Amino acid sequence: MKALARGALPWLLALGVYVFADDQLALGTNALVMILLTLSVDLVLGRAGIITLGQAAFFGLGAYAAGIFALHVTDDPLLGMLVATLASGAFGALSGALILHTEGVALLMLTLAVSGLLAELANHASDWTGGSDGLQGMTIAPIFGSFRFDLFKHTAYLYALAVLFLWYLVVQSVIASPFGRSLDGIRQSPPRMRAIGTPVWWRRVAVYALSAAMAGSAGALSAQTTRFVGLTTLSVLVSGTAVVMLVLGGARQRYGAFVGATVYVVVQDYAAQLNPFHWMLLVGGLLMFTVLFLEEGLTSLPQALRRWARALYRGPAGTTAAGATGTGGATGTGGATGTGGSA
Amino acid sequence: MSEPLALSVRGLSKSFGALPVTRGVDLQLVPGARVGLIGPNGAGKTTLLNLLSGVIQPDAGEIQLGGVSVERWGPERRVRRGLARTHQINTLLGETSAQDNVAIAIAERERIAWRTFSYRRRWQACQEEARARLDEIGIGSIAQRPVRELAYGEQRLLEIAIALALRPRVLLLDEPAAGVPSGEVSVIHEALARLPSKMAILLIEHDMDLVFRFATEIVVLVQGSVLSRGSPEQTRADPRVRSAYLGRSHT
Repeated sequence: MKALARGALPWLLALGVYVFADDQLALGTNALVMILLTLSVDLVLGRAGIITLGQAAFFGLGAYAAGIFALHVTDDPLLGMLVATLASGAFGALSGALILHTEGVALLMLTLAVSGLLAELANHASDWTGGSDGLQGMTIAPIFGSFRFDLFKHTAYLYALAVLFLWYLVVQSVIASPFGRSLDGIRQSPPRMRAIGTPVWWRRVAVYALSAAMAGSAGALSAQTTRFVGLTTLSVLVSGTAVVMLVLGGARQRYGAFVGATVYVVVQDYAAQLNPFHWMLLVGGLLMFTVLFLEEGLTSLPQALRRWARALYRGPAGTTAAGATGTGGATGTGGATGTGGSA
Repeated sequence: MSEPLALSVRGLSKSFGALPVTRGVDLQLVPGARVGLIGPNGAGKTTLLNLLSGVIQPDAGEIQLGGVSVERWGPERRVRRGLARTHQINTLLGETSAQDNVAIAIAERERIAWRTFSYRRRWQACQEEARARLDEIGIGSIAQRPVRELAYGEQRLLEIAIALALRPRVLLLDEPAAGVPSGEVSVIHEALARLPSKMAILLIEHDMDLVFRFATEIVVLVQGSVLSRGSPEQTRADPRVRSAYLGRSHT
């Protein structure tokens, strides 16, 4: 029951934002899009251990696919979403099949190269993509013919939330399945998995394609809710940001992508209002704090705070008692709080 | 012979650059064979094992598993054809529980590792079999612990349990007792003695007691080629083996 409550909390919060903070729905929609993108990175990088800085390729491809589909075929959003998701998934399978023979830095470079190629292609095919001006002028029909995309993003927000929820269910089901467990094994030790008969390359291609489809959905959401697609959707910066969000929230944590992307988007928004030139400083500081002191990202902050509080409460005087009951790790991080607190 | 060989190797050769590490090795294992492979350090024992399991590809020669040529196959395909091995260097999934390490292997054997839905009942069966296999080899009590917390001897037993879970026809054991504290070696002895009698087994091992007790045939590898083969008694008595290997390590 407690687990169920904890699992439902993020979704209740998201609905709470819709009800109580409906002047923030544009920001909220953006956060939901980034959560979905980060969740796709968690699947491929966090779970399967495929080192990638190329997720923007699939995000951007999904965005352009949805935009071009809306302009040239039909403005139905759900069809557009489906087409964009399938297109990105197919491109993920294709490019993954080519590059997933490699590992480590070579793979990292290849993922960069693929997204770079796609960005260059989009820049040149300006008849289709609008080039550096971006893809503009698309209209998106009401969902099911009745829910119009309004200026205040009510529909957009709930639409993004629904798409995110569906993908969340898919991810949860995948990671609990034998397939997901084999991915976990592939991350930890590819030689071991080969030794028990796992076709490692195929599994990696499969999860890469699934993750690409997911990123494509995120791209389509971005295109449909803003009615604009820019070349930046394909940029390395998007890939990098998604990885940062994941590290911030915590890889392989159930709601790591949710926490990481939300914190990033909100901090970026507020910090940019405070100081439009140096907002990155705050994000950078937060990232460093997380990486240095929170092994499992911001999602583990509550446990860490409890641990630190306990260590502080017992203090140096209680070393005998604390040493006997507390673990070595707890006392070690306790020391870290001291420096954090005085800074 | 009417019954096909479980494993047949002919003229297997491999060089790393200009350095030949395996030179025309012939090897035959009938079902139920207990063959020990010994040789001094650098004789190419682990290279031979890597060639057999498909981690590296031979320059020349033939490897047949149950009559099928597999020398161009990758390791995972050979596993599905009935060849399993253990590793000398630890490749176990450290963050995963011992039981899941075995269950994942069983899921691969049962071809359900692709599934993302309608797997619950069969995954449960994988778990139950995994638990039974851990009990059988004597480490049932640590089934739920992550592997990196296990003692070294327990990890070696887990290696064997995983290989057995694949139900191989041919099992390659790469120094199962290496690094195991001497007090625990007897546990490995017992586990090896209980291996299914129909399984063909090739044991690479430094521990001479273990090899001579386990194997009915011993192959001596020196500088990448087979120096001698025969019963443990013959091998012990062979002066060439003594000078190449036993003499040095037993003085």
